[in-house]
Amino acid sequence: MRSNKQNIVQLTLSYIVIIAMITIILYPILWIIGSSLNPGNSLSGSSIIPSDATFEHYQELFDLEKSNYLLWYWNTIKICLLTMAISVALVCMTAYSFSRFRFYGRKNGLMTFLILQMIPNFAALIAIYALANLTNLLDTHLALILVYTGGAIPMNTYLMKGYLDTIPKELDESARIDGAGNFRVFWQIVLPLAKPMIAVVSLFTFITPFTDFILARILLRTEEKFTLAVGLYELIADQFGNEFTLFAAGSVLIALPISILFLSLQKYFVSGLTAGGTKG
Amino acid sequence: MGEQGNKPSTNKRKIALALSIIPGLGQFYNKQWLKGLIFLVLTGSFFVAFSDLLQFGFWGLVTLGSDPAYDHSIVLLVEGILTVLITILGLGIYVLNLNDAFKVGKQRDLNEQPNSVRQQYQNLVGGGFPYLMMTPGFLLLIFVVIFPILFVILLAFTNYDLYHSPPANLVEWVGFQNFIEIFQIPIWRNTFFSVLAWTIIWTFGATTLQVGLGIFLAVLMNQKGIVLQKTIRTIFILPWAVPPFVSILVFAGMFNETFGTINEDILAIFGLGDIPWLTNPTYTKIALIMIQTWLGFPFIFAMVTGVLQSIPNELYEAAEVDGATVMQKFKAITLPLVLYATAPIMITQYTFNFNNFNVIFLFNGGGPAVPDQNAGGTDILISWIYSLTMTSAQYGKAAAITMILSLIVITVALWQFRRTKSFQEEDMM
Repeated sequence: MRSNKQNIVQLTLSYIVIIAMITIILYPILWIIGSSLNPGNSLSGSSIIPSDATFEHYQELFDLEKSNYLLWYWNTIKICLLTMAISVALVCMTAYSFSRFRFYGRKNGLMTFLILQMIPNFAALIAIYALANLTNLLDTHLALILVYTGGAIPMNTYLMKGYLDTIPKELDESARIDGAGNFRVFWQIVLPLAKPMIAVVSLFTFITPFTDFILARILLRTEEKFTLAVGLYELIADQFGNEFTLFAAGSVLIALPISILFLSLQKYFVSGLTAGGTKG
Repeated sequence: MGEQGNKPSTNKRKIALALSIIPGLGQFYNKQWLKGLIFLVLTGSFFVAFSDLLQFGFWGLVTLGSDPAYDHSIVLLVEGILTVLITILGLGIYVLNLNDAFKVGKQRDLNEQPNSVRQQYQNLVGGGFPYLMMTPGFLLLIFVVIFPILFVILLAFTNYDLYHSPPANLVEWVGFQNFIEIFQIPIWRNTFFSVLAWTIIWTFGATTLQVGLGIFLAVLMNQKGIVLQKTIRTIFILPWAVPPFVSILVFAGMFNETFGTINEDILAIFGLGDIPWLTNPTYTKIALIMIQTWLGFPFIFAMVTGVLQSIPNELYEAAEVDGATVMQKFKAITLPLVLYATAPIMITQYTFNFNNFNVIFLFNGGGPAVPDQNAGGTDILISWIYSLTMTSAQYGKAAAITMILSLIVITVALWQFRRTKSFQEEDMM
């Protein structure tokens, strides 16, 4: 009897906490959706559930004459996809070498990667800015893609190498006996088996540039070249509050697809981050 | 090189080594004509191609220019680093050449047949394969990661700022001046220590809260008898799913003092509608820590949920037989297992928040401004570096602070990685 009563108290308390947390989590989300549907530019006198809801802000964002929003979206997707493609290719090649070959300089190379992955690459932001300036790469997407790719290599190579190490070497050897060369083993044996980790690395190298603000902010100057993060920031930094409803609509249009993408691929994120943390 | 002992009397290895001081000659002596020719041509073209750079590169690196009308100090600095990198590459090839001449000479001393051209080619393709595969990645790494790091390290020892800025002026080497000034000039010292203090409070406060909340909620959700477990878990993950820059900007709107919903709608109910969230540093700090907790707990929650589901139920049943209370079970079974499995990730959370530029900058730009220091009231080291670089053009000082920051991060990270398994296992490494 007693433990039953205790159980009920415990469950009740748990539900109170759960409801409180759900409120705290959902309130900002509902508030921004509500704001995006409010007519007018500013929020004064608005309510979270507007009685005269309107989609005019969404329409404005989709109007290329009035806003650069679609351009920013396109820029971001382009940068992310290119970063992802180049990074995955380079990471697979580097990780395969580290995992399967014992060559002069291997240990030092791994140490270099280990140390490099600890320093966030934007720590050298002064240098990145100055170098981009000197090489005339300031305000180009190429500069961003190069910096993102370079920054992604050390950590993701470690992830990938850890995974490749778990693929039995006997498979390579039997292929070699059948006459396959180094590249063929890589392409036809190892890569197909590494698909789960390739998915994780693709996800990471896509989402990192997507959510990056600082590097894009340093390197991009003209409004037409902005990524979403910089564009959205400029949208409200210039005249905070005066275009808040427009900003709100812009936020919803970013958060929605990314959240859906994220939630459907969440298990990859967790497995990748766990591997990164424990395998080092 | 030293061991000679009962080796044969000929000394071809030494002659080959000596002749190889001019690359290629040692190989000619060893009768490896093709290889020798390659080395010789390589050396010649190296000097022809880079002779200008080698001369001016080192000169520029040492002097950083002598006449502002012709010399751009930063260009010279970049060329200097490039020269050093190319020199290292050249020396590498040179050592390879010496090594090769010596080795083949030794084979001849022992009356072994040196490898034929065909064998050499196969050796190169086989042994060179990993190098070939890594070259693209490594080149990119050198230019966009290692190069900037070298640049920052060198910049920390120059007086590069608004008043010493090319093309109008030259930049000069000043030794440890920047570091000394940060610790000696009152305004820099005050700023540095107050920023560092807040960075540390921020790192520990925000991270510990998000870790604590994540573990707590994961344990809570793992109880038997909670309905809709899956749905609730998905809701708890939501803050992680939304890109952080969006959430932070939305929070900046919510905390806004004129139209934000926190003051207008929520706190107004309690009659507290005028809290200066964005203009009083203390309130901004509180808001920042709460926001980061909101942003960061879902990751820990997801991670710990995974661990909890893998704990065998028998452990709890055995504890119940022994009459353990809920708290005892948590302390003796759950917490140790969870911490053991997730400790490395927890530590990366701390280093992540230490450099969490986004939340600080996007929420309030590091502000509000406070008197007697040249950083905002909520600036952490990385956002201070950003504003020193982008708004006040204090490049030298910013580079010096970057070095201090990197030192802290590397120390913590190395300490962490030394403890992980892969570091100790020979084959993994």
